Amino acid sequence: MSDKKYKHKQKSAVVSYNRWGYLFLVPFFAVYFVFQLIPLFTTIYNSFFENYRSGLTQIGPNFVGLRNYTTILTNGDLINYSKNTLIMWIIGFIPQIIISLLLAAWFTDPSLRLKGQRFFKTVIYLPNLIMASAFSMLFFTLFSDNGPVNSILIQLGFLSKPFTFMSNVTAVRCLVGFMNFVMWFGNTTILLMAGMMGIDQSLYEAAEIDGATATEIFWKITLPILRPILVYVLITSLIGGLQMFDVPQILTNGTGDPARTSMTLIMYLNKHLFSKNFGMGGALSVFLFIITGILSMIVFRISYAGEIK
Amino acid sequence: MSETTMNNTTRKGMNIHARRTIAYIVLGILSFLCLIWFYILFINATRSNAGLKTGFTVVPGSFLVQNFTNMIKGTVPVLNGMLNSLIVAASSAALCVYFSCMTAFSIHAYKYKGRTALFTFILMVMMIPTQVTALGFISFMNKLKLMDTFVPLILPAIAAPVVFFYMKQYMDSNLPLSLLEAARIDGCSEPQIFNRIVLPLMKPAIAVEAIFSFVSSWNNYFTPALILSTDKKKTLPILIAQLRSADWLKFDMGVVYVTIAFSIFPVIVVYLILSKSIVGGVTAGGVKE
Repeated sequence: MSDKKYKHKQKSAVVSYNRWGYLFLVPFFAVYFVFQLIPLFTTIYNSFFENYRSGLTQIGPNFVGLRNYTTILTNGDLINYSKNTLIMWIIGFIPQIIISLLLAAWFTDPSLRLKGQRFFKTVIYLPNLIMASAFSMLFFTLFSDNGPVNSILIQLGFLSKPFTFMSNVTAVRCLVGFMNFVMWFGNTTILLMAGMMGIDQSLYEAAEIDGATATEIFWKITLPILRPILVYVLITSLIGGLQMFDVPQILTNGTGDPARTSMTLIMYLNKHLFSKNFGMGGALSVFLFIITGILSMIVFRISYAGEIK
Repeated sequence: MSETTMNNTTRKGMNIHARRTIAYIVLGILSFLCLIWFYILFINATRSNAGLKTGFTVVPGSFLVQNFTNMIKGTVPVLNGMLNSLIVAASSAALCVYFSCMTAFSIHAYKYKGRTALFTFILMVMMIPTQVTALGFISFMNKLKLMDTFVPLILPAIAAPVVFFYMKQYMDSNLPLSLLEAARIDGCSEPQIFNRIVLPLMKPAIAVEAIFSFVSSWNNYFTPALILSTDKKKTLPILIAQLRSADWLKFDMGVVYVTIAFSIFPVIVVYLILSKSIVGGVTAGGVKE
């Protein structure tokens, strides 16, 4: 009897602790609700209305169903800007993944015993913390027609007159890709290193005894084991790439020049937001939400689902 | 002798010295690629506008102070912007780590109904970028009369799924539930347990995440540019964008470089002081294979 009573008392105590569990969640979910969920539904709602300014007159909001969606899908802008975004992402991502794999393999290879590892890691991670807009502004001044890069190339005799980087499609795209590469390869290297350090060392020892070369070990042991992490890096980088904004926005002053070949999806969204074209902006946002949502689900499945305990 | 070395080399691929040398060369080139920009920035920030037009030099000039005073006297309110950036970044970092800890503590320490569902929800939305809801965000902030204030830039930091996840993982390995049980027996209330026992134990994680959220808020350009419109309230990235959109050829380039330097170097200094814990903290928030 007394035992039963004790148990009952204990249970109610646990319940009262657990009430605190809910209370501690309130700030997060309240803020998430106000600043993320309501905006998400407002965004979706707006995408079904015609709502923009034409000169000084305000058009709408009038309900137009899916017309904003058919417009962005058919007028070619969405395809073009998606293409630009992907091209610039790939220009940055390919060298990033190759270099990061190489560096991570070297840093974690015990037989190499590289000195100054901490220095190198500190240096390669540094650009990741730099204000992207300031970095981009710096590149703009450096690569401008009278900037230091042109003056160095002329001083060295490689050029006779300044090269106009900013009006060359390939140059602008490569500069954006390059900046993304410099800013992100350190981060990727450190992620991959963590993955490589988790690999059982006895696998390497066995392979070495069997006479495998470093290259063979890398391709036949390291890479296959790293596959989940590589997928994670690929998809999170793609999600990041779809958000590409600061660098091309500042580099091209928001124009995406030359001829809008460096205009990214978020720059396009930003334009709609500033011109208060909420219908089209909404449709574009929903499109981006669906794509990033699908990619997020993949990341969740491969990396985070197992963390829920 | 030479034959055995040869054999050894071919059998094991490239020998270890060659591989090490290549590694150092590649690392050297990459370090150069990472640092050269800041070096050029530093040099150019110390030179006069006239000097900059004559071409690049390797040694710094003597105009740093002059450029700095010109920047302060200039039309772009850089110091104000710095102060605004500091207010926004520091308050959002503080809110972010405190409430992320609290959320993680709730999920970590209590076994209530719907706990896994809520945890799953947070992890699922973790990767969805804020830009996709920006439209609804600004129109809702407009309704709440919060446009052109710091509130929409600071308060949302309370709900930061990535920081939450980092804190949760840290708690998994560093916060035994038996400790909380002991505190309860000693008569601590739940808020006391959180504030007096959990928070001090979380210090290393809090330090790392505070830096990360400070830096990401300091560098953020997209949202502040949509929210802030008064010159006096603008943060540094918006001012940088203004420099870019102004007729920059008429600008004193020395001043432009000093302004860029001033938005970048504070972060670099903090980073160099704390680099060990920052670089170590990168992976912990990421994946486990």
